[in-house]
Amino acid sequence: MIESLLFLCAMVSIATTLGIILVMFSESVFSLTGGTAFFQEVSVWEFFGSTTWSPQFADKHFGVLPLLCGTILVAGIAALTGMPLGILGAIYLSEYASPRTRKFVKPFLEVLAGIPTVVYGYFALEFITPFLLKPFFHDLLGFDVDGFNALSAGIVVGIMIIPMICSLSEDALRAVPRSLREAGYALGSTKFDVCVRVVVPAATSGIVASFLLAISRAIGETMAVVIAAGQSPVITLNPLKSIQTMTAFMVNISLGDTPAGSIEYKSLYAVGLTLFFMTLVMNVLSQWWMRRFREVYQ
Amino acid sequence: MTDENPSPVPEASMPVVKRLGRESGKAESWLFAWTCRGAIWFSVAILGVLLISVTKNAVGWLDWQFLSSFDSSRFPAKAGMLSGILGTCWVIALTILFAVPIGVAAAIYLEEYATDNLLNRFIRLNLANLAGVPSIVYGILGLTVFVRMFGLFGPQGWIHEFTGWNLEGFFWSEHYGQYLIPLPFGRVVISGALTLSLLILPVIIIASQEALRAIPPSLRHASLALGATKWQTIRFQILPAAVPGIMTGVILAISRAIGETAPLVMLGAMSFVFFAPGNLDSLSAVAEHPEGLIKAPFDTFTVMPIQIFNWVRQPKEEFKYIAAAGIVVLLAILLLLNGLAILIRNRYSKHMRW
Repeated sequence: MIESLLFLCAMVSIATTLGIILVMFSESVFSLTGGTAFFQEVSVWEFFGSTTWSPQFADKHFGVLPLLCGTILVAGIAALTGMPLGILGAIYLSEYASPRTRKFVKPFLEVLAGIPTVVYGYFALEFITPFLLKPFFHDLLGFDVDGFNALSAGIVVGIMIIPMICSLSEDALRAVPRSLREAGYALGSTKFDVCVRVVVPAATSGIVASFLLAISRAIGETMAVVIAAGQSPVITLNPLKSIQTMTAFMVNISLGDTPAGSIEYKSLYAVGLTLFFMTLVMNVLSQWWMRRFREVYQ
Repeated sequence: MTDENPSPVPEASMPVVKRLGRESGKAESWLFAWTCRGAIWFSVAILGVLLISVTKNAVGWLDWQFLSSFDSSRFPAKAGMLSGILGTCWVIALTILFAVPIGVAAAIYLEEYATDNLLNRFIRLNLANLAGVPSIVYGILGLTVFVRMFGLFGPQGWIHEFTGWNLEGFFWSEHYGQYLIPLPFGRVVISGALTLSLLILPVIIIASQEALRAIPPSLRHASLALGATKWQTIRFQILPAAVPGIMTGVILAISRAIGETAPLVMLGAMSFVFFAPGNLDSLSAVAEHPEGLIKAPFDTFTVMPIQIFNWVRQPKEEFKYIAAAGIVVLLAILLLLNGLAILIRNRYSKHMRW
């Protein structure tokens, strides 16, 4: 009796997953509630092949590539910012830091991880763009910097994923047995050699897994990107321009008065489905990588 | 070194990829250590810069008036956060009510009862993936299921089509001039709370699982040996021992829910809201209209992060400072909760020794 009640509670998680998939599919691939679904009106070929995204104009085009481009641009900048800081920080915490320093630093990282993403968005818009990017890129190098730009959003998303990369990588580094390090020292290596040529290679699987998870998080990141990166769906690799990500588009649609059942409204689900699958693939890949390449030490 | 006869010459036994001079090796080592140290302190410094810069913008705008008055779209000086604060209280209280019992129960099932069969393995795998689903996707789920209820109700809904009923809600209230419980729920507190519950459920389950796993088997064996049933063992021995760990996880999950914006924006939580859920802005209002307590979960709402987001989007310059003031309030609450979680963890990790 109690067991089946507890079992039902555990099944809520399965129901959630099924709910997400059902809702997305029903509105975008095949409608279960009557009416036509998104991909019955717009071909998959047009969705993934055409390069214009203008669902709210009179001349509607549904090519998701600009949104994908924006998302990947922001995630890429975030990876470039967050990866080095996160991994170097993890190496410091696991190999160099005294227990006291660790105990002091870890809560700060937790706070950094707990800051809401709206706050990061505000920080990017009000501080990083005017006080960091504009003086450097515009005044010093003479580039045009938009008020909303991908770079500031990417940088804050990068900051956001530092704690995640740092703590997961640190776990992986600490799982490397002491004997391996001692063997390195016994062979006359410096601490640097031990870190870079012994410990880090031994922990690669965990580090890569943390990286994939962080990228998945960066792809799904919403508020910081909505606030700081702008709302212009264009295909560009210039990080100083205003762009639009998939998540930003979804927020934009829900802020306007889009009637339920219209094609713009359904495009929300199609974009959501794309986003869901991208992050799902990253997460599954990360878990698989972890299992597949983990070195097992006795 | 699998050589059976290791050479006595030290040079020959050191074929570490590339031979470095003693000096350069030291310099390299030193440089690397400082780079790593720099990376971690840089991250901490970013946190400092963020907090200081936001607080600097908020100075002069954060006062009692800001905390105690409703929003204003036209006069930034009169804007306040009361509707957001009360909205957050309602949403989070309901979220705790929904998510914590289900989450802890699911964790107990997975740790104590579940055998290693295909279904249970699938539940575990699914949980890890669910924790990685972007919050905005939960927003879409909540929008379709809780706000619109798949479009079942309403004049064009299925229910009307098949039965002819026009179900709009339950309990008509004269005071509010509308149903206390509307159908479909629409963009109300309870839709937000249910969505956030689904969002933090995986976090709570995973944290509770870890807390339960940390309880040593000896405790279980002792209780079972004394004749307690499995449920008695769980209820009276394991759960109490795991409470600190579960609490830490729950507090962190709640602080995540408090700061979560995207799913609630997807639900269409209103931007400028000039009232509290159920109009209950003081204790006397509760005394006058107790039915407001039923109405409140089914009333439109806003929460603190959405107010901040809304202020950030306003073109007027002053709203920039209002947003900063809102952020300071939000961060103060979150830092308090984070501190509480760290405190509980440190306290019990010190006192409990198995």
